Amino acid sequence: MLKRAIIPALSVATLAVLAAIGLTQPSDSQPLPSTAASLSTPQAGEADVVKRGRYLAVLGDCATCHTKAGGRPFAGGRPIQTPFGAILSANITSGGLGDWTPDQFYRALHEGIDDQGKHLYPAFPYPYYTRMTRADSDALLAFLKTTPADRTDVQTDILPFPFNLRALLIVWDALYLKAGEFRPDPAQSAEWNRGAYLVEGPGHCGACHTPKSALGGDLTSRRYQGAVLDNWTASNLTGNPRFGLGGWSTDDVAEYLKTGRNAKSNVTGAMAEVVAFSTSQMTDADVHAIAVYLKSLPTMDERPAPALDPATLKAGEAIFVDQCSACHRMNGQAVARYFPPLPGNANAQQRDPTTLTRIILRGARSQPTAARPTPLSMPAYDWKLNDAEIAAVATYVRNSWGNRAPSVTAAQVQAVRRKTAQAAG
Amino acid sequence: MAQTLPSVDAVLVGFGWTGAIIGQELTDAGLNVLALERGPWRDTATDYPPTYAQDELRYYWRQELFQRLAHETLTIRNNTGQTALPMRKLGSFLPGTGVGGSGVHWNGQVWRFLPSDFQARSHNLQRYGAGAVPGDMTIQDYPVTYEELEPHFDTFDYLCGVSGKAGNLKGVIQPGGDPFEGPRSREYPNPPLDMPYACDLFAKAAAGLGHHPFPHPTANVSRAYTNPLGVQLGPCTYCGFCEKFGCGNDSKASAQTTILPVLMRKPNFTLKTECEVLKVNLSPDGARATGVTYVDAAGEEWIQPAEMVILSAYILQNVRLMLLSGIGKPYDPATGEGQVGKNYAYQITSSVNLFYEDKLMNPFIGAGALGSIVNDFNGDNFDHTGLGFIGGGYVGIVHTGARPIETHPTPQGVPAWGGEWKKSIAKNYLRTTTINTHGAVMSHRGNYLDLDPTYKDALGRPLLRMTFDYTDNEHRMSDYLTEKAAGIARAMNPREIKVNGRKGSWDVVPYQTTHNTGGTIMGTNPGNSVLNRYLQSWDTPNVFVMGAGAFPQNAGYNPTGTLAALAYWSAAAIRSQYLKSPGPLVQA
Repeated sequence: MLKRAIIPALSVATLAVLAAIGLTQPSDSQPLPSTAASLSTPQAGEADVVKRGRYLAVLGDCATCHTKAGGRPFAGGRPIQTPFGAILSANITSGGLGDWTPDQFYRALHEGIDDQGKHLYPAFPYPYYTRMTRADSDALLAFLKTTPADRTDVQTDILPFPFNLRALLIVWDALYLKAGEFRPDPAQSAEWNRGAYLVEGPGHCGACHTPKSALGGDLTSRRYQGAVLDNWTASNLTGNPRFGLGGWSTDDVAEYLKTGRNAKSNVTGAMAEVVAFSTSQMTDADVHAIAVYLKSLPTMDERPAPALDPATLKAGEAIFVDQCSACHRMNGQAVARYFPPLPGNANAQQRDPTTLTRIILRGARSQPTAARPTPLSMPAYDWKLNDAEIAAVATYVRNSWGNRAPSVTAAQVQAVRRKTAQAAG
Repeated sequence: MAQTLPSVDAVLVGFGWTGAIIGQELTDAGLNVLALERGPWRDTATDYPPTYAQDELRYYWRQELFQRLAHETLTIRNNTGQTALPMRKLGSFLPGTGVGGSGVHWNGQVWRFLPSDFQARSHNLQRYGAGAVPGDMTIQDYPVTYEELEPHFDTFDYLCGVSGKAGNLKGVIQPGGDPFEGPRSREYPNPPLDMPYACDLFAKAAAGLGHHPFPHPTANVSRAYTNPLGVQLGPCTYCGFCEKFGCGNDSKASAQTTILPVLMRKPNFTLKTECEVLKVNLSPDGARATGVTYVDAAGEEWIQPAEMVILSAYILQNVRLMLLSGIGKPYDPATGEGQVGKNYAYQITSSVNLFYEDKLMNPFIGAGALGSIVNDFNGDNFDHTGLGFIGGGYVGIVHTGARPIETHPTPQGVPAWGGEWKKSIAKNYLRTTTINTHGAVMSHRGNYLDLDPTYKDALGRPLLRMTFDYTDNEHRMSDYLTEKAAGIARAMNPREIKVNGRKGSWDVVPYQTTHNTGGTIMGTNPGNSVLNRYLQSWDTPNVFVMGAGAFPQNAGYNPTGTLAALAYWSAAAIRSQYLKSPGPLVQA
């Protein structure tokens, strides 16, 4: 009787909480406001190694992929989109990893091979985790073994033939896995080396921000040049001043990662979870180290400026004045850290306009963090503007106030509209 | 059969302004707090985004954000000689429902009652003699002073980012502000909004007549603002859709834009929406509340035990819950005995329309509390000798935005429909402005709230019955304010004016203000009040009642600033005294 009584009550409470986070994003796993902080907060009397492992779970952003919407932290079951289909993340609670040895865990991180000797899919980013130290690997496992046991046996083999043949990964690993721990560069500062370890190791930034080959491996010649993933543009992190991080100072990068906002941008979309569960929970020193390393990445040349249709720009301006200027202001400057300024905005000027188009179509919610708790949001325009109108206003934003980027076509808008329709419900 | 849930430290009944304030304060004190809200979740992004926040048909005419009268209304009569009938359409006042309550669709007019408003009885008797307060005028002093509330007024000003100009800083009168206001400990957090043309004309004319115009203090923030909790409000865009609307631009202070982003993140806070509290449950001897019973959206009943019960719904709901729960003794106007429901009061408004021939007023520019005001005729800021009334109100232009479906003022003599009417609107819409008066209502023996003997809500509970009418005091005062408004209007040199005085009995139409007060009044002892000076029930000390129900009578100002200050005042007493030693904070 008691159980029956409590379940509907909980479901009402859950609904209230879900409503409370103001879902405007079609993402299947918006972090609950209080979850991220509670995962990263050490428990009273926690052993040092566990404390260290808890922080490594933050650095590795484990909770984001290994927690499904409404599920227990680390219990897995969240679909991870890959070019070959969705796979489900594994249960890494003490219930899922209970009898793993430190050697087995280290092998999984370093070689992508599990306790049964099976090859793991690289959606689990072992090509990055391979750079983690043995001590960090042991600490992470020690922490995961303290998480409440969840016995859910997630069926992770759901890819279609031939991708269900894990033996094929031997070939993939030969092509893309460079196993081996991180080796510091003695020519660089300790802070740079810490940043490099975090970015190239547990932080696995390149997993989204580096373009992929047809087989899903990193195109190492184009490191951090941005990629489209799950209908978001993971932005370019090179030193290009227009669409990379060239226009951001080291402090800008650190503030963005720590608070989710800075003078240039507000975090939303797929990166919102990374900020909520990982970077906002990091120490200021680590966030700054990441910024130092990212700011040292080489720049990337621009291609020649594309030709623009003056009629499209004019139409775009009219739409901007009517629909956008209340928050973004006529000069696009908006209010930094409240509503993102558009002049110099790197997201707006990515060569691939998927993120910009998606935000106009579906709206965007600025990820709340402890430092910036307000979920300031942009509304969806999918019902109010057609493809040609969104293309025009996006083109206008990409080419005004000093911005330069290729035009957006109605066909591109239509494609993003179609691909994000199901997710938006 | 209702199931019993695990107990919480405090349950909040209703989750608008006062619920959010108390929730924030009690969770800060470490309590495990549950809020129950009868209406739905609401936030800017999902309920009134800027793409359609200005949908006048949806939000005002179809009343999207207001209480659903088909579910629950109240019955109305002017006096005990009449039979009260259910109000079937909202008109004179517009209570909200849902998270944020009426604070979602308010204007953002943030006032502090005058120091003398808190001593309405003793102050008037002292200044004007025993005859100033007629026998059936049941006004009384607040058991708390302006000075005691000042720090809490200040907290609310800074929470909201109120935009204005101080007129009295620590007793020193400041040029450009309201010289009549009580002393403030510091300047407003933000400068006033930019004044539209009509407000400039008003200010010049009023000053020319010797009055003291100043910019209306407003919770429509004049610039981007981050409040002390770290919550961010965007700058007001003067879109003109505050009153009766949610703000699409996060520019108007509400629970959503000032507190909830922080409160909702706390692990010791839970909100359940679409859960309507049926009653407060009492111990067998009635001395203690044990929790509440509520019904969820699926119609299931639940018993929620709690150490403390905070009634933080709209005043009409709070009074009704007290009556339905049997806390305190219902007021009887025949004997004057009993306290619950006593001293219900309201406000009285009037207006003067100005029509210009050659000046464009662009009345569509607006913000809920964008305005120029004089307080020369508010409260006891002027000599009432020989006037035959006490109290007063403010006079001014509040440029809330002339929404096109709602706003079509026409000069005297124009027909109410047809071609001439249309032609007159086309000619006058841009060339019109309006001066409003916003007057106090004193409490009277015959004005009160009780349970209706006949009509019930959708859940089978008796409706609240409102017995209310204006008395000579209100009519004389409103006529006086209207005359002052007309004087300023003439000095503004329009082509013509139209005076809209308030005559006759109070009616449920047209809209005046959603400033209902009283019914759970605060006082010095159980013989004159429902609540003590900390908003604590005399009868059931683990019940606290927030809101304007505590006002012993109404004032000539909008109530939100004062009721928010009272909520902070009460929270401070709970935190510093009650939690250490639960029990009566004032010995009866």
